[in-house]
Amino acid sequence: MWNCRNRLTHRGYRVLGTCILTGAFIAVSYAPAQNIPLISGGAGFFTRTSGGKTSYIPTIEPLAAAPLGSHALVEGRANLLEDFFPSASGYDHVHFVALTYLQMDYLVGAHATIVAGEYLTPFGSYNERLAPIWIGNFQDPPLTAGLGTGTGSSVGGMLRGSAISTSNYSLDYAAFYSAASSNQNFNSQNSWGGRSSIYVPRARFELGASFSRVNVTAQTNNVAVHAWWEPADSSFKLRSEYDHCTHAQGYWIEADYRLSPFGGPDSALGRLEPVFRWQQVFRNSPDPSDGLPSADTQRIDAGLNYHLPHEVRIITSYSRQLSATGNANLWQTGITYRFLFPTWRGR
Amino acid sequence: MTRYFTSIGLGLLCVAVLPMIAQPPDSAPPNAAASPTTKRDRTNSAQQSDGERKFTQNCGRCHTSPEGFSPAISRTILQHMRVRASLGKQDEEDILHFLNP
Repeated sequence: MWNCRNRLTHRGYRVLGTCILTGAFIAVSYAPAQNIPLISGGAGFFTRTSGGKTSYIPTIEPLAAAPLGSHALVEGRANLLEDFFPSASGYDHVHFVALTYLQMDYLVGAHATIVAGEYLTPFGSYNERLAPIWIGNFQDPPLTAGLGTGTGSSVGGMLRGSAISTSNYSLDYAAFYSAASSNQNFNSQNSWGGRSSIYVPRARFELGASFSRVNVTAQTNNVAVHAWWEPADSSFKLRSEYDHCTHAQGYWIEADYRLSPFGGPDSALGRLEPVFRWQQVFRNSPDPSDGLPSADTQRIDAGLNYHLPHEVRIITSYSRQLSATGNANLWQTGITYRFLFPTWRGR
Repeated sequence: MTRYFTSIGLGLLCVAVLPMIAQPPDSAPPNAAASPTTKRDRTNSAQQSDGERKFTQNCGRCHTSPEGFSPAISRTILQHMRVRASLGKQDEEDILHFLNP
């Protein structure tokens, strides 16, 4: 939720509005029964208390997706938030309106999709999969989330898909090239890279590796390896990732266990989900551009989430961060709502 | 500033109103994604089972299944998720059949 890098200008609003309206108009002409454009995403209200000071952050992340026939899809996601924080004169506030991505997907065949536009950088496991506020177990991303993803989005092209998918394993890939762009709405670094991961359904185990080369002032290589494990017939999940760049490295391990075995997922107890995350970052030399803490840092997050009916979720957590730049306690609470509906009635 | 808040307010209003006007009368029942019940024949049933397994293994790795949604957007969801989750064509079809038996 803190990835608010690209602030929309009035021109940006017009561009975004035109793209969505054009996409929707074209989609009307093509849309068969199950192909209606959709609006999805999450809305939330978060609090964040550190050093006795509390900030309040209402936010919404709408996503629109409009198919253009059976092979093409236009999709985009935005982030709107208001941050009310304590100041000398009481409370002050800042607002962000950010376009997270706006891309066009073209399904080339059974194993490949071409993506063009501004897309989420496929590096590591967090940026594409766990960043939406209705998915992530914690309000804050991992300390290493910015490594390899730059601004979070890339502007250019990407080829991705499922290379092999059998009942024993599946292998997917993504390769991208991004141009440097200083445009406020489509901000990105010049970079290229990719990610590949293998998933073994029987073991419910996923192992992936990412690489990116970023050309900013100097060329830097970033590497990440992630491993996820979800034991069969269990609501336990274990996710981990190791990230390495020229000037720093770090890792995070996250575990959650929804108590659904105790009375079912809809019981009072079964709606509870304890979550835990441990992370460390080690810095060997300063680099303000890699997105990692400026000094060695370790942090523990422990929380308790509660899944209410109708896609509503309460998330709470306590974090203790230890760093050479200062230790901190952080209390966070929030409520999120996930929405998903068609833009108009289907035929 | 006033214009900004007005824009935000209008945007939120649109988001709140759209589901009321957009839901078709034949919306999928709650938990349709998690437990569809229609079984036409043995082949369909096998495909259904395949789809459920693939849904759990692919979509369920990151998030819980939606409590319910209109069948009118099931293929759009799958097109979106095919790209995001790098699903193969067969996986997409099986999951679509599971969501929309």
